[in-house]
Amino acid sequence: MSNLIDERSAPAAQPDRQDPALRAPEPRTLERRSRAQTRVRWELLRNLIRKDLKVKYKGSTLGFAWSLANPLLLLAVYTLVFQVIMKSGVPRFGVYLMSGLLIWNAFSASVSAACGSVVFNANLVKKVRFPLPVLPLSAVGFALVHFVLQLFVLFVVVAALGYSFVGPGLFLLVPAFAVVMIFTVALSMLVSALNVRYRDTEHLLEVALLAWFWVNPIVYPVGLIRKVLHEWTWVYFLNPMATVTATFQRAIYKAPYVNPANGQTILADPGYLFYLEHLAIAGAISLALLWFGVHVFRRLQADFAEDL
Amino acid sequence: MSAQQSPAEPAVIGVPADAADAAAEPVSLSVDGLPSTGTPRQTPPPALAGNTRGEGPSGAPVVIRATGVGKKFVSYHRRATSLKELFVRRGQASGDDFWALRDIDVEIGRGQTVGLAGANGSGKSTLLKVLAGILRPTNGEVSVTGRIASLLELGAGFNGELSGRDNVYLNASLLGLSRREIDRMFDSIVDFAELPHKIDNEVKHYSSGQYVRLGFAVAVHVDPDVLLVDEVLAVGDEAFQKKCLAKIDEFRAEGRTILFVTHSLDLIEGMCDRILVLESGSLIFDGAPGIGTRLLRQRLGSLPTNGPVPHEYASVRPISVVFAPDPGRPPQVQFDPGEKLTLSITLDVAEDAPDRLYLHVYVLGQDDLPIWLMETPSGGVPGTPGTLTVDFTVPKLPELFGAFATSVHVSDAATGDVITRRRFDDLFGISGSQPGGLLKVDYEARTRT
Ligand SMILES: Nc1ncnc2c1ncn2[C@@H]1O[C@H](COP(=O)(O)OP(=O)(O)OP(=O)(O)O)[C@@H](O)[C@H]1O
Ligand SMILES: [Mg+2]
Repeated sequence: MSNLIDERSAPAAQPDRQDPALRAPEPRTLERRSRAQTRVRWELLRNLIRKDLKVKYKGSTLGFAWSLANPLLLLAVYTLVFQVIMKSGVPRFGVYLMSGLLIWNAFSASVSAACGSVVFNANLVKKVRFPLPVLPLSAVGFALVHFVLQLFVLFVVVAALGYSFVGPGLFLLVPAFAVVMIFTVALSMLVSALNVRYRDTEHLLEVALLAWFWVNPIVYPVGLIRKVLHEWTWVYFLNPMATVTATFQRAIYKAPYVNPANGQTILADPGYLFYLEHLAIAGAISLALLWFGVHVFRRLQADFAEDL
Repeated sequence: MSAQQSPAEPAVIGVPADAADAAAEPVSLSVDGLPSTGTPRQTPPPALAGNTRGEGPSGAPVVIRATGVGKKFVSYHRRATSLKELFVRRGQASGDDFWALRDIDVEIGRGQTVGLAGANGSGKSTLLKVLAGILRPTNGEVSVTGRIASLLELGAGFNGELSGRDNVYLNASLLGLSRREIDRMFDSIVDFAELPHKIDNEVKHYSSGQYVRLGFAVAVHVDPDVLLVDEVLAVGDEAFQKKCLAKIDEFRAEGRTILFVTHSLDLIEGMCDRILVLESGSLIFDGAPGIGTRLLRQRLGSLPTNGPVPHEYASVRPISVVFAPDPGRPPQVQFDPGEKLTLSITLDVAEDAPDRLYLHVYVLGQDDLPIWLMETPSGGVPGTPGTLTVDFTVPKLPELFGAFATSVHVSDAATGDVITRRRFDDLFGISGSQPGGLLKVDYEARTRT
């Protein structure tokens, strides 16, 4: 992904310190220099994420703790509502919900923050030359930090509740996480670039994310979709986020596959292969979108300073 | 840094010979001492005289090169600014495009200190941004060799909520420094800004001068080969300004290339090897600071404009004269007496030209002897910016014999101040039937008896 954090395609100021006409650098030097530059860009990305965290949680450890505890509160509320009060539906609904919701929230927060990232940093973009893709990427990174910590908290709490989540299924998280990262970065690059020129992108995205949430098996089980779509269920899984959330549920929630109360399937599939196959498709879609997103970003970034 | 960079003497590139001489003695030259009507001015304006080789005359390699650079800002009315518009209503044109830069050709050699001046809105900041790679030029190409630091705004990207320390790290990393480099320079940055006691305070509580100090301190520690500075030195107290200038001097001595925008023409005269003057997006002067600042002062009205300006720099520039029987007909150079002659003068009128212009056109004979004079009607002609052509028609040429040149004087119709004069070398001939002399005169020859 290092090539993502690339320089603006605008008139290239060559990064080399010597005059190339006078002294052609050896390939080794060039390679070292470009590696050094890549490192500097990653450092920049890290610094930006750290800045966002610092600014947001400045002087309030409580604020940070709260944003981690937030999903736990949700967990408690949903468990209460669906299990104690309504006494029906999916067993241990809170765990089911959280295993899909955390990753969706991370995705949704990344993309909406990334969307405004370039516009928000207009002053910087207009005054300093730096690799612009770090702006949407740092928004993704910011959400990612939260996600990782929240997931950790979820694991701890779920374990404390005496629910065993450890198992080989957890390995599914690795490819699912990879896919969702690619997809998130791809969409973030795309919308952040579009939003510079077309400022209503932000609003459209907001509405789209609200609607999109409901075409993922987060609140309802996959069985509901099967009942409606039958053999067309595969269309539903063309949405990479549907595949990703389903995989997260398989990895964390694990069982039962079928709801004992009404015979509806809760998980998309009891095995692993289903998920790997669908993740491969989702991965391919994400990569295509990544290519497109990076392409659009590169095309538009030269005009950012002018459009802002 | 390589060997050829350090001792490079301040090179003077693209300055025509006479201008370079004048650098020593700024107040002499041809700005005032106008080339009289008799002296043909065929040398191209200095802005065009920039050399096209890869090196300046003194052998310093070119580090900043702009060829034919133009920058057009598309008016917002013309372009979809929302996705909805993009799909619903596409590209209905209304409003104008605006050229902030036009056809800029500049080469700056390593080690030069160049001042960039011009009125507000003349495109200075735009040019710096194009050179810094922040804006993409609409036309032409830009190439810059070496690490650039652009100080378009000090402390751009500082976050008020963070401490000075955090901001130094963040800002330096935006400018392309690695963490290790910043660690190494941190103390020196803080010392330069003279803020060691404040460095852990939030930047939002800094005074604006302290803010700027920190910004400048970071930027100069980026160790740039090329420094682009936009009017940032104006802030800060005198002591800090001195320090900044001393730093720029140090950069100069180290053979780094500096291009800086300032409205302080004294500063340019004091520090620069060369000045670029922009006006409405065009480079109107490129050469010795002494001349450039004088020209600019005159254009900005801070010098009395008594006395004409060389025609290349005037707000109204006579650019051509064409001879034809009728306006718009193919030009010709030979006329017969009694034939109709239309003398068409084309003028390039700049934005800042007076509202009404008054033209004198002298037709010159041998030894620039004025043969006849034509003037615009009293009240003059409107000086609308753009190109303006004025036709002077002589319905019946007199019986003359010879080749004639023209001299055009432009003045402000309201005040009568002469703006510029230009003598054109283009000749037209009238082939009267007389065997010799200029004029056909009726005469009789008789022998007295
Ligand atoms: N993004 C933009 N969109 C449209 N017009 C612009 C944009 N940026 C600059 N301009 C216009 O370009 C012209 C040149 O602006 P620029 O900032 O380069 O002037 P300047 O020479 O730096 O002036 P000053 O001395 O006031 O700093 C101005 O007329 C300005 O309105
Ligand atoms: Mg400016």
